Parts: sequence; structure tokens; C-alpha cells
Amino acid sequence: MTEIVKIVKVSGTAMPMRGNDIDTDRVIPARYLKEVTFARMGDYPFFDERFDASGKKKDHPFNDPEYRGASVLFVNKNFGCGSSREHAPQALYRFGIKVIVGESFAAIFAGNCTMMGLPTVTATHDEVALMMKTVEENPKTKFTVDIERKTISFDDKRIAIDLPETYRSALTSGCWDSTALLRANLDQVKKTASKLPYIGGFAD
Amino acid sequence: MAGKTLYDKIWESHSVGVLPTGQTQLFIGLHLIHEITTAPAFDMLREKGMDVAFLERTFATVDHIVPTDIRTRPFLDPEAEELTQALEKNVKQFGVEFFGLDSMNQGIVHVIGPQLGLTQPGMTLACGDSHTSTHGAFGTLAFGIGTSQVRDVLATQTLAMDKLKVRRINVNGALGTGVYAKDVILSIIRKLGVSGGKGFAYEYGGAVIDRMNMEERMTVCNMSIEGGALVGYVNPDQTTFDYLKGRRYVPSGAAFDRAVNYWKSVASDSAAKYDDVINMEGKDIEPTVTWGINPGQSVGISERLPIPDEYADPDGARKAYEHMGWQPGAPILGTPIDVAFIGSCTNSRMTDFRAAAKIAKGRKVKPGIRALVVPGSAEVKKLAEQEGLHEIFQEAGFQWREAGCSMCLAMNPDKLNGREICASSSNRNFIGRQGSPQGRTLLMSPAMVAAAALNGKVVDVRQYE
Repeated sequence: MTEIVKIVKVSGTAMPMRGNDIDTDRVIPARYLKEVTFARMGDYPFFDERFDASGKKKDHPFNDPEYRGASVLFVNKNFGCGSSREHAPQALYRFGIKVIVGESFAAIFAGNCTMMGLPTVTATHDEVALMMKTVEENPKTKFTVDIERKTISFDDKRIAIDLPETYRSALTSGCWDSTALLRANLDQVKKTASKLPYIGGFAD
Repeated sequence: MAGKTLYDKIWESHSVGVLPTGQTQLFIGLHLIHEITTAPAFDMLREKGMDVAFLERTFATVDHIVPTDIRTRPFLDPEAEELTQALEKNVKQFGVEFFGLDSMNQGIVHVIGPQLGLTQPGMTLACGDSHTSTHGAFGTLAFGIGTSQVRDVLATQTLAMDKLKVRRINVNGALGTGVYAKDVILSIIRKLGVSGGKGFAYEYGGAVIDRMNMEERMTVCNMSIEGGALVGYVNPDQTTFDYLKGRRYVPSGAAFDRAVNYWKSVASDSAAKYDDVINMEGKDIEPTVTWGINPGQSVGISERLPIPDEYADPDGARKAYEHMGWQPGAPILGTPIDVAFIGSCTNSRMTDFRAAAKIAKGRKVKPGIRALVVPGSAEVKKLAEQEGLHEIFQEAGFQWREAGCSMCLAMNPDKLNGREICASSSNRNFIGRQGSPQGRTLLMSPAMVAAAALNGKVVDVRQYE
């Protein structure tokens, strides 16, 4: 059985991934979705922009030794748009990312992240810009994201962050893996279903 | 009292209760699964010793990974074979009804659901694919979900969800000749942006939508997610009921009449209150083509490409030009292409093929252009062949393939090479989407793709109409 893991605080160094509307095809090219498990996804984030056709490394935050070991990822607007592939958050998580801070997130992506215990939190454009600049200038900067109190701290600064209240509650109470919660109500589920006319084939 | 939207009504009737997290536990009336996003979900079920809670509400097919030319097993791609076998093993072990490669019902999951009459108004539906919004054409609340959510639906037939707001989008008046459903949705996304729909369900209406057939409505709803909206729908009407009558999973006789009464009851009330209302005029919509790297970056065929500094997102435009290699300010008309693809869950149905065949009939694909027509389902393939559409395409120089997702997403052998430019009836022009990291995609209607194939460049399809 899955143990209850409360996600209240995430601390660590960070990396920036600049650009609006970064889609999940970019995060993980579709050919890696052919693998039967998520086990190797951590090898693939942004693969096609990190390596050229011969496998040579290109300039990319995910290749930069300065950012090795980062657990906080800074992104801009509408990160994770496009395909619903959970392989995208799996790839980031298994690479080492444990919280994503951005201006905004695409709906399915944010939901997928939350369900695997990877918080996606938002800050304003200017605040994200400041934090990206901070990490680019000093990659050793340590950031602490407090999901409970909705703040992010670094150096001598503390910035307010936001996330949907339901996500905050799920993460901090350890209910982000929702199967057990949902399964507990199976009797009620059956009752709800029985009232829907299509479930009975519109029988008289 | 203010009226209710279809979204409100279905949300209420499918709510099981409120979870400790504050989310609503929502019953899912139909779960469609395919090979790509399900293997880890079944693994999790096995690990926890759970079974599929509502087997009779769960249906599976294979679409993303299947080759569209040679389908003999084992597939040439060992990974594709392994993943397909994993699905076959899972559906067998758990007892899920499966429309496999040898079934006449195989096809893209968003084509077969409606075609079989599985998708019905007043229902909630989930599938591990973002284009699940397609089913909204029927007045269905259809959610694209990730693998953990697939696990939840398998194990409980429910999802933990937050309620959305509803934006009504009216497309008024009428469309001009040569302007299709694809142009409508590309124009909506261009106007509202690729993240403009975040937090909203889109309700499409107005005279243009009312006049559309079900396949056209599916095209519109399909791309809701490209506008950032998790859900898109059209209220069910006589067009919907006529489409559904007689389909395999639709009740018949007196039960059909009862079904129609229920379906009518779920439509938004005339006094329904919306969180936002947008109005557009059909006459303002031109044949539309994307020039950039997201579906919101499009122009009408008579327009020129935008200047980054004058564009809403200058950095986004610059990034797009960097990849695509165009000159800002150049006309989209005349842009050369290498490949033409008609297919995908957006545009692989009879309406799409008839429109494209009308353009292709008696003409020839320009030499050197690789042109593919890929039916959305085995059934569409059969119907198109009965009408002789395949011969029109083949005589013009298009390849006529077996059903599948094909070149929309590069999980099967149909891919772009190098810097190739593809005129595509699919839904995403993301970098690398069609299988080459340097490849370039121009999204447009199937008729526009056919016209581009004949000319080896982007043309205005209205020259043929």
C-alpha cells in the first residue's frame, strides 16, 4: 500500500526554464511514451533540445552542470500545455524536480503533477523573473517553498505563492494520491450511478 | 432563479460527494482507454490488488502506436509491439471490452466512441488523452486525464475534480464558402489564446455551430484543450439525436424516446448564467493556417505573418520564427510544403474526407510531395471506400492508409524527416510534434491540406470552390 506522504515544504537549489507555452511534447518527445513503465523517464526531459542528432549535448538548463541537483524548477506562463501525458511530470520528477514555480500552468499538467506529489505553484511575472535572475546569477541559491504557508524564501526574501486550495489541502494532508480516498466511497458511487438514466440503459 | 448550464446540470447529477481536500468526487459515465497512457495504471491496480470497478463502462482500443501501412504482427517496432501486448494482456486479465486491430470497431478512440454511440449527451466521459474534449460535441462532459487519473477511474469510476467556470462562445451568422469547422476553432484559439480557456469549460453555440453536423462539432470541441479549456461542448439538439439513432450502443424503441427526453433535459437553459460570453461572426473567418509553434499562432489566408514587436507575445513569436524560419511580414500564401497529412482525431471522418476529395478529384498531387490520407477508424475507412473516396485520393497521388493516429504525434512510423514542412489537418504544431525535432507543421482544414498537396504550397482553397 502507498504510505501517506505529506508534502509541506520543499527546499533545494533551483533551475530556470525560460519561455511561455512550453508544451509536454517538448518536455518529453512522444517516442518515449512507447515505454511500458515510467522507470526511465528521468533520462528524457527536454531530450530533443538537449542533444543534437548525434547525441552531443547542447546548451540547455537541463544539461548545465551549474544546475545539477536542482529540486526547484522556475517556468513562465502556461507551462505543460498540450498532451495529457503524465510522462512529462514523471520525467521532471525523476530527473530531480520536486516543485515547479511558474506564472501559470496548463490544467491537465497541474492536475497530473499534484496527483504524483509534485506541487505546481504560481507567482507573479515580476517575481518569477526575479527568481530566475537570482538563480542564473547564483545557482547555489537555496530556495524553500512552503506549501502550507504559501511562501517561497531565498536569500533574505520571502515571496507569496499561490496554488488552488484543493491542491494545497491534498498535498499537505498527504491525500494527493487520491485512489484510496475515492475508493472509500464506492457504495456512494454506486448509488450516484444508479440514479443516472443511461446506466440502466434508459429502462422504463 | 437563474437557469443552469449543461455543465452545471451534469456536474450536479454526477457528484458523489465532496472529498476532505475540498474537491468533488465526480462519477464518470464512460471510460475509454488506449495503449499509451494505461500500462502503468494497470500496474498500479495490480500492485494494490484492485479490480476495475465498472467494467461495463470501460472500453479499449489501439490507435496511437499502430502502423497505418503494414499491420502484421509482431510490429516492426519492438517497443510498439511490447506496448500493444501490454494492453492486450491488461484488457484480458481485467476483462475490459477491447476493439483490437482485427476489430471492425478499431480506430482513434475519439472517432470510435461517437461512431459506436458509446458517447452520449448528459454523460461524463474520461480518457487518458487531452483530445477527449472531442466528445463534448454530444453535450457530454469529457475530460482528458493523466495516467494516475486513469488509475482512479479504473479503480473507482470517479475522479477528484474542481468545478470549472463556463464561457459561452457564440459563432454567429454563417461561414463563407471554403471555410470549415477547423477554421472556426483555429480562429477561436487565435482570439482567446492558448491559455485563455484555463479554468473554463467552453460552451460553443450560435448559428454557425447550430448548423454544423456532428463531425464538424467534434472538430471544434476536439481543439478546446489547445485553447487551454479542459472541457468543450455543444448543447445536444435534433442533429445530435439523429446522429445517435440506430448506433450500436444507443437504446432503441421506447428506450430511445426516453433517452432523447433525458438528452433534451441536460441542455443549457435559455436563461443560463455564464461566467463569460464571447461573440464572433462567421463571416469574419477565413481559411486559417498556423505559422508558429502553438495552435494560437495562426493567420487568415489573406493575411501576412505578424511582426514580433507588434504581437501579443513578442518572445513567443521570435521563438516561433527561430524554429519555422519564415520572414516576419511575409504572406502565408505560397509557403512551400513537403508533406500533406489528412487525418487525426481532429479531422479524419467522412465530412473531412468528402471535403478533401472534392478538391483532389481529377487533379494530381504535385510531384515530390508525400501525401497521406489516414482514416480515423476502420469504419470510416469502410464507408469512404464504399463512396469511392479512396480511389479519388489514390488517383490524385495520396496514399490511403489503415486507421490510426498516424502523423499527428510521431508514435508510429508516420513521421516528418529533417526540416520538412507539413500541411496537416491535425491539432498541434508544437516543435517536434510530428517526429522530427526540426520538422515544421502548418495546421489547416482537410480541404486546405488537399489544395496544398496539389500545389506544393499553401494556397487559398476557395480558388477551387
